[in-house]
Amino acid sequence: MKILVCISHVPDTTTKIQFEEDHSGLNKSGVTFVINPYCEYGLSKALDLRESGKSVQITVCCVGGPEVQPTLRKALAIGADDAVMINTQPHDPAYVAKQIAAYAEGKEFDLIFTGKESIDYNGGMVPGMIAEHLGWVCIPSATKLEMGEGESLEIHREIAGGTEVIEAQLPLVVSCQKGIAEWRIPNMRGIMAARKKPLSSVSPTEVAPYVNTVKYDYPPAKQDCQYFEVEQTDALVSALTDKGLI
Amino acid sequence: MSNVLLFAEQSEGSFKKAVLEAATYGYDMAQKMGVSLEAVVVGSADDAEIQKLGTYGVSKVYKVSDANPDSFINSAYAAAVTQVAKDTGAKVVVMTETYSGRAVAPRVTVKLDASPLNSLVSLVDPASHFDAARMAFSGKGMQELQANRDTIVVTVKSNGYKVSENPVAMNVEEVAYKGSFGVDAVVKEIIKASDGISLTEAESVVSAGRGMKGPENWPMIEELASLIGAATACSKPTADMGWRPHHEHVGQTGIQISPTLYIAIGISGAIQHLAGVSSSKNIVVINKDPEAPFFKIADYGIVGDLFEVVPKMLEAIKKNRVAG
Ligand SMILES: Cc1cc2nc3c(=O)[nH]c(=O)nc-3n(C[C@H](O)[C@H](O)[C@H](O)COP(=O)(O)OP(=O)(O)OC[C@H]3O[C@@H](n4cnc5c(N)ncnc54)[C@H](O)[C@@H]3O)c2cc1C
Ligand SMILES: Nc1ncnc2c1ncn2[C@@H]1O[C@H](COP(=O)(O)O)[C@@H](O)[C@H]1O
Repeated sequence: MKILVCISHVPDTTTKIQFEEDHSGLNKSGVTFVINPYCEYGLSKALDLRESGKSVQITVCCVGGPEVQPTLRKALAIGADDAVMINTQPHDPAYVAKQIAAYAEGKEFDLIFTGKESIDYNGGMVPGMIAEHLGWVCIPSATKLEMGEGESLEIHREIAGGTEVIEAQLPLVVSCQKGIAEWRIPNMRGIMAARKKPLSSVSPTEVAPYVNTVKYDYPPAKQDCQYFEVEQTDALVSALTDKGLI
Repeated sequence: MSNVLLFAEQSEGSFKKAVLEAATYGYDMAQKMGVSLEAVVVGSADDAEIQKLGTYGVSKVYKVSDANPDSFINSAYAAAVTQVAKDTGAKVVVMTETYSGRAVAPRVTVKLDASPLNSLVSLVDPASHFDAARMAFSGKGMQELQANRDTIVVTVKSNGYKVSENPVAMNVEEVAYKGSFGVDAVVKEIIKASDGISLTEAESVVSAGRGMKGPENWPMIEELASLIGAATACSKPTADMGWRPHHEHVGQTGIQISPTLYIAIGISGAIQHLAGVSSSKNIVVINKDPEAPFFKIADYGIVGDLFEVVPKMLEAIKKNRVAG
């Protein structure tokens, strides 16, 4: 079985976000980049499937310039077999999806794992768009996946107020979140092995960006906190009631 | 100019608040463009409920009742929405950012070769390349966008746009589904979470963390939530330790929410937690540590022992209810 895991390269979750002075983009100085946490669930799930005894070839891909190579190396250290950098800037989700679909087309992947969303852009649009380009089904926000007989899979996905249990056939795009697998930490052997694993760069497909970012800015500043003493808890309750909040 | 098209999804025969938000958004957009708002309703929809859309500014509903019932919801819905968008020539398609909106929007975007503008909280400017603003970096930044195609698919952030009534005369037209039929994936079962209110849609949320000491202390949190009609949430470690169900976990790696009221009890306010809740409109923090980072983004705070404060809150609310 061939699995493609799409990885986005994002600022570490503890990063204090700062923009360039002209607001054109993120100020990357001192920022550590990591594998998007939701994508790590996808990678871990691919490894779980391999460890369950299936013969699985795991390719990771990322749309980005040479700066994403360390992130892809980390995915190799965790256990992916090979990595592909689609060498262009990830302008917008539609552009990224088009690039990934163009790469995956004809490569006979059975499964494409993505994260539920990336923590920088928070779109959650890429997986559905990849699936549409390929003419596949997409199961978003998956919390559980089990291989059944043949090409059939049982997948749980989160919906408003519950869980949907879906039976689907390969090939599929599945966007992953917590529950589907446990994160893994690369060990020394994995890190050593990763150095020798193939990491290739492919050229992007020709398509104009769908969305331009004009500028970035900070969210409006919050007002100061209004404090109440423990003994004044009822005053807090009154304040909330007066504001129509409770 | 062509009209604005809303994808109005019904869940269990009714329109949720998110749909009414998206309808209000679509109506305001249509007003700005000098056109009308139309909607597409897919599948077996409740007719009485459809009439409600007229109250929220929809002047025409296209009803695609026969959309492939054997298809996994998002493919057939996307086909139906795209069909109506193409037939009406809509250049602006508006959807919710619920689980179903999020599943349908990407497919429609690709089918229409449109620019996706998602999680919007304010109107798009039709005069200048559909300029729009959205939150990015999990609430830590704002991004100003410009569409690069002449069709846009907008999703409206849940709890991101205020619902208002804009009554108009409405008519319904049945249209035949032209998409493909065939089985792709089937929903075998739906497992309902506890009867509580859905987190992403909740107006108010009561959330608690490791300061609670153990799962046995949660009844007071649940009581508080039920008294004020709120959903319950929790921090990641409390879900990881099995104190709370996973679907309650909010934050960067959990659910992102923006309720009107978020009450954080015994949660430190780690950056990953805040990433999921910082766009809440009113934040109340109860923590015994005055240095807890959560206070930095709080609107109301009490520095104190939650085991003292929460019972006092319950008492005060009950007293107000009796008096009021
Ligand atoms: C990659 C990554 C992703 C993460 N994603 C998330 C996420 O999505 N969501 C999330 O929540 N976390 C996430 N975390 C974890 C996060 O960093 C914090 O560890 C977590 O949010 C802390 O949870 P807490 O506030 O419940 O616990 P603690 O940090 O232990 O805080 C408990 C708080 O309770 C207070 N307290 C204790 N006793 C009392 C009392 N009697 N009365 C009043 N107050 C009291 C303490 O002062 C303290 O502030 C993530 C971490 C990583 C590394
Ligand atoms: N630049 C990228 N390269 C590879 N995969 C990506 C990229 N951006 C997004 N994805 C994938 O799409 C998922 C959802 O991202 P988004 O739609 O941006 O929230 C991510 O978790 C990744 O799996």
